[in-house]
Amino acid sequence: MTSIGTGYDLSASTYSPDGRIFQVEYANKAVENSGTAIGLKVKDGVVLAVEKLVHSKLLVPGANRRIQTVDRHIGLATAGLPADGRTVASRARDEAANHRDVYRSPPTLKTIADRLGHFVQMYTLYSSVRPFGISTILGAVDKDGPALYVIEPSGVFFGYHGAAVGKGRQLAKTELEKLKLSELTAREAVMEAARIIYLVHEDAKEKEFELEMSWIGPESNGQHVAVPKDLFDAAEASAREALVSELE
Amino acid sequence: MDHFPLNWGRPRNDGLDLYGTYPITQRPNHAPKDAFSAGIQHTQQPIVTGTSVLAIKFKDGIMMAADNLASYGSLARFRDIQRLHPVGAHTVIGASGDMSDFQYIQSILDELMIDEFAAHDGHTLGPAEVHNYLSELMYARRSKMDPLWNSLLVGGFKDGKRFLAFVDLLGTTYSASTLATGYGAHIAQPLLRRAVEGNEDTLTEDEARKIIQQSMQVLFYRDARSLDKYQIATITAAGVHISESLKLETSWSFAEGIRGYGAQTQ
Repeated sequence: MTSIGTGYDLSASTYSPDGRIFQVEYANKAVENSGTAIGLKVKDGVVLAVEKLVHSKLLVPGANRRIQTVDRHIGLATAGLPADGRTVASRARDEAANHRDVYRSPPTLKTIADRLGHFVQMYTLYSSVRPFGISTILGAVDKDGPALYVIEPSGVFFGYHGAAVGKGRQLAKTELEKLKLSELTAREAVMEAARIIYLVHEDAKEKEFELEMSWIGPESNGQHVAVPKDLFDAAEASAREALVSELE
Repeated sequence: MDHFPLNWGRPRNDGLDLYGTYPITQRPNHAPKDAFSAGIQHTQQPIVTGTSVLAIKFKDGIMMAADNLASYGSLARFRDIQRLHPVGAHTVIGASGDMSDFQYIQSILDELMIDEFAAHDGHTLGPAEVHNYLSELMYARRSKMDPLWNSLLVGGFKDGKRFLAFVDLLGTTYSASTLATGYGAHIAQPLLRRAVEGNEDTLTEDEARKIIQQSMQVLFYRDARSLDKYQIATITAAGVHISESLKLETSWSFAEGIRGYGAQTQ
């Protein structure tokens, strides 16, 4: 970051002499400061989980959701500025509705990720706007089966088997790599997701947090919904247990 | 800019624009104009139509029926059309009138239900909300002199309460324990009233089914735009169930003696 302060970091429409766009890199910093979000694409579904850092005890539990629903079968989790997450989710819903309007069929996740990628990239082109300070994990079960994509602040998007963004992404990725994702069921993936979020939170020794989890799979009828309470509680309990046994 | 590739990048007309002062997109367009398609067009009559829908209240909820025919004028054009449509987990709408407008209404309601699903706020739309939404939609469209040409029945069961109401192309609404649209409002409605009124809380599902089936049979005998293939929707605390296509049992032996009815032997 030796080039900071040289005047090339003031606008997203200006390259630095070595070909970088600093505003986009700063946007990535905003993502790195946020609580971790992970996504698991497994045999029969997709699971999203978020470590939502609670900055005040006065907040109502469940406030400021970071997992949102795009279409019946599509969900999204963000890491970064929460308000940017809502803008992108709103746009994603518009794109999904537009796709249904034009093609009279539910969109595949690939087309939604593609359109959102273009949307995010537009914000890296002009001096009048700032890039989105979020990385977005998109999950769905569409006609081609389970799908998982991540869109970064630059607008690039890639498909993944397992994805992690935010503060604890490095540790989360190592944990995800240990799993045989293509052999897990969605129900097993919920247990693993809760465990990983608790693990990376413990590692960072952060303040209070709330676990948020959603899934799309046979047990949710192919719809993106919050993980049912009994399974959620079981996953959270076994995640805490795993932490304790690891410390011993 | 238009959608005819031949008009793109047309050479500049030096007689009109010697120094190229207009951007390409703003140059005058001398292509012939289609005044009809450019004008505002309003629905003035239904084209492909469905006939009556019947619905009654019974002990456990609502029962609704409609046949599978979509007519093109007097031609029985489409004979496997479903005119009962579930909306969410608590509601069914049944449509008579223009079938393309009905399909449009289905897509609007689908989008509405997706928006509500995505809000994830712990609420779902029930039959009362869907009916009120439709009444606003129908009235707004008739006020634009461009109505959606349908009579709709909205039936549902939510939070332990039955709901049954009507809305038509003018935005008129009413509610009763028996409802019928179209020809059925004249032929079947009196039969339904006699069987149901006062018995809404005692009629069993089987009894209700029998009443509906008999009324559909009378309608098939009397209504020249009807079909003997129909479906029944039941909406109860257990949710929405729409049956497979059912066949009406009819007997035409009485026609033998009527001159001008069947094949005549002089």
